[in-house]
Amino acid sequence: MGQSRAPSFRPMSDPQPLIEIDRVSFGYDASRTILDDVSLRFARGKVTAILGGSGCGKTTLLRLIAGVHPVSQGRVRFDGEPVDAANRERLYRQRRRLGMLFQFGALFTDLSVFDNVAFPLREHTRLPESMIRDIVLMKLDAVGLRGAAALRIAQVSGGMARRIALARAIALDPELIMYDEPFTGLDPIATGVTANLIRRLNDATGATSLVVSHDVPECFAICDRAYLLSGGGRVVAHGTPEELRASTDPEVRQFIGGEPDGPVRFHYPAPPLAQQLGLRA
Amino acid sequence: MIKRSTETLVGLFVLLGLAALLFLALKAANLTGFSTESTYALSARFDNIGGLKVRAPVRSAGVTVGRVTAITLDPKTFQGVVGMDIRQGFRFPKDSSAKILTSGLLGDQYVGLEPGGDEADLVPGATITQTQSALVLENLIGQLIFNKAAESGDAGARK
Amino acid sequence: MPCHGVGMTQALAWLGRATLDRLRALGHSAFFFVDLLRFSPAALRRWPLVLTQIHLIGNHSLLIIAASGLAVGFVLALQMYYALVTYGATESLGLVVNLALLRELGPVVTALLFAGRAGTSLTAEIGLMKAGEQLVAMELMAVDPRARVLAPRFLGGIVSMPVLALIFSSVGILGAYVVAVLLIGVDAGNFWSIMQDRVDVWRDLGNGIVKSMVFGVICTFVALYQGYESQPTPAGVAAATTRSVVIASLAVLGMDFILTALMFSTP
Repeated sequence: MGQSRAPSFRPMSDPQPLIEIDRVSFGYDASRTILDDVSLRFARGKVTAILGGSGCGKTTLLRLIAGVHPVSQGRVRFDGEPVDAANRERLYRQRRRLGMLFQFGALFTDLSVFDNVAFPLREHTRLPESMIRDIVLMKLDAVGLRGAAALRIAQVSGGMARRIALARAIALDPELIMYDEPFTGLDPIATGVTANLIRRLNDATGATSLVVSHDVPECFAICDRAYLLSGGGRVVAHGTPEELRASTDPEVRQFIGGEPDGPVRFHYPAPPLAQQLGLRA
Repeated sequence: MIKRSTETLVGLFVLLGLAALLFLALKAANLTGFSTESTYALSARFDNIGGLKVRAPVRSAGVTVGRVTAITLDPKTFQGVVGMDIRQGFRFPKDSSAKILTSGLLGDQYVGLEPGGDEADLVPGATITQTQSALVLENLIGQLIFNKAAESGDAGARK
Repeated sequence: MPCHGVGMTQALAWLGRATLDRLRALGHSAFFFVDLLRFSPAALRRWPLVLTQIHLIGNHSLLIIAASGLAVGFVLALQMYYALVTYGATESLGLVVNLALLRELGPVVTALLFAGRAGTSLTAEIGLMKAGEQLVAMELMAVDPRARVLAPRFLGGIVSMPVLALIFSSVGILGAYVVAVLLIGVDAGNFWSIMQDRVDVWRDLGNGIVKSMVFGVICTFVALYQGYESQPTPAGVAAATTRSVVIASLAVLGMDFILTALMFSTP
């Protein structure tokens, strides 16, 4: 982790964001709009959190940044260049500069832990096996799993799987690291470890981190800025954690405070209870 | 990245396949014999080649000495022309005869060569002129009926 | 009657939609097949990947193929004996078994067993990889999963199938030998000599090999396609696995008819 940065990195004070999402709308099919005219900017070298309830398009946003789906409207830009599946060469070049941590790890089940982390190195570099071995062990050491290098994926627990996936995501020292729900389903210790890792990695390597989550306390503890998305796929608020905590917007208050009822209703739409039970008023 | 043992096992697998192929080709089919030996060509003309097929054996005294390579019709004489490849080691006299015989009662047909008595041998590319066509069942039956009818006709005439 | 008319229109609309859906799926699968071919040369250059697949597909099917070959050889010899003994032609037992195995049973039964064992394994593997987002993860690491995962498996299946079919036929003939010569008492010499005389290397063995190569392409392609297009849920993978066996088996049997007509129509 103590490697020097490549000269292509701009200094942290540079105002041009690494990722620009410019008035993007997207839906998997015509009937459901997941994202509705959203605009976001992710500054270099910072940890930015994307918060919101389930189904508000957070994970979809990550996939759009990685170019998995084409947007219906608007533009996505990675370091100034458009993200566009039509130009496969450019898309693959962009993807080599990012690493994504999937919610459940998405490790390759037919390879060992070591081979999983070594995968990007073997595919994209021509480094000799001895160097690859050193790099893999260092990456595993960064996530605290150097001793597990020889295990098969089936032998590894859920929390361990996510850390191995993190080691794999940073194997090529990417400029952009995306985390899809990294805290979901972890015990308090593992959650603390993960949050700690995200922040330390970001600061040590100068990378840009995007954390998609609905765990407000953990995110606020480590992020520099946060975006809050609503159920309709719109940006409700953005700012530093302090700004968001001080916000008077009812949607923001409900989400951050964890209140059961507010702009997001508690009850699923239904006729009045008295009517359904057949009671007369 | 690939284990040594996997490579070895795949090698074994392919080897098994090759062994199976060799076994089938040599022991279970007719590969043995001519494919490597040199041959020379002869041809023979028949009025009726019957059910003879290309790659049918050419036998002399029951021993396979060659294979039929081509069967065509001569447009001028309307005879069937059978081309054969005979192993180099076997030379037949110029007046040898070729017959189309059947192996067994209902088996495949083959060309039988009977050597003649001439001192000179058939040269490569020569044509065998003494031939006997295949037995056609319908002609045989027709002949039988004709003979029977002739016999009873004679008997009737003699009365 | 008004409801009758509505029912008919609805049925026709459903039929039209279903046909269009099938056509679209067929076209989609054709593109998938072209993709497999496109990425095969690149996969060949990374031969350790292909070798691993030949091992997983071929070696792991050896046991069932050999056992089935032996069983089929035994049964064929017995059944053909009962058929031939009425014509006093039991000496041709070896020939009959050999022709049946080389021309038909070897390639076809091997293909059906392959679809059942290796085909379902491939479909389930690809389907689970899809469900576990492994394929997307690979895409995001700028590695095309079609080149890295699908093409090596395709080549592995194409190479394994003819080898397995040859082993099936050989073991079958040996099994028939055991039953015919050792149990029934057919003359050993006649068993082999009549066979050697009448079985043609190119026509019977060669065509059988061509058949098994075609079947290899079909079975592997169907298995990979069903896995790749499966719903990324446990139920979806299970449904895809069943579909894979059924479609591959039907395709093999249909293709067998066409190939047999092409290869063996002229005696």
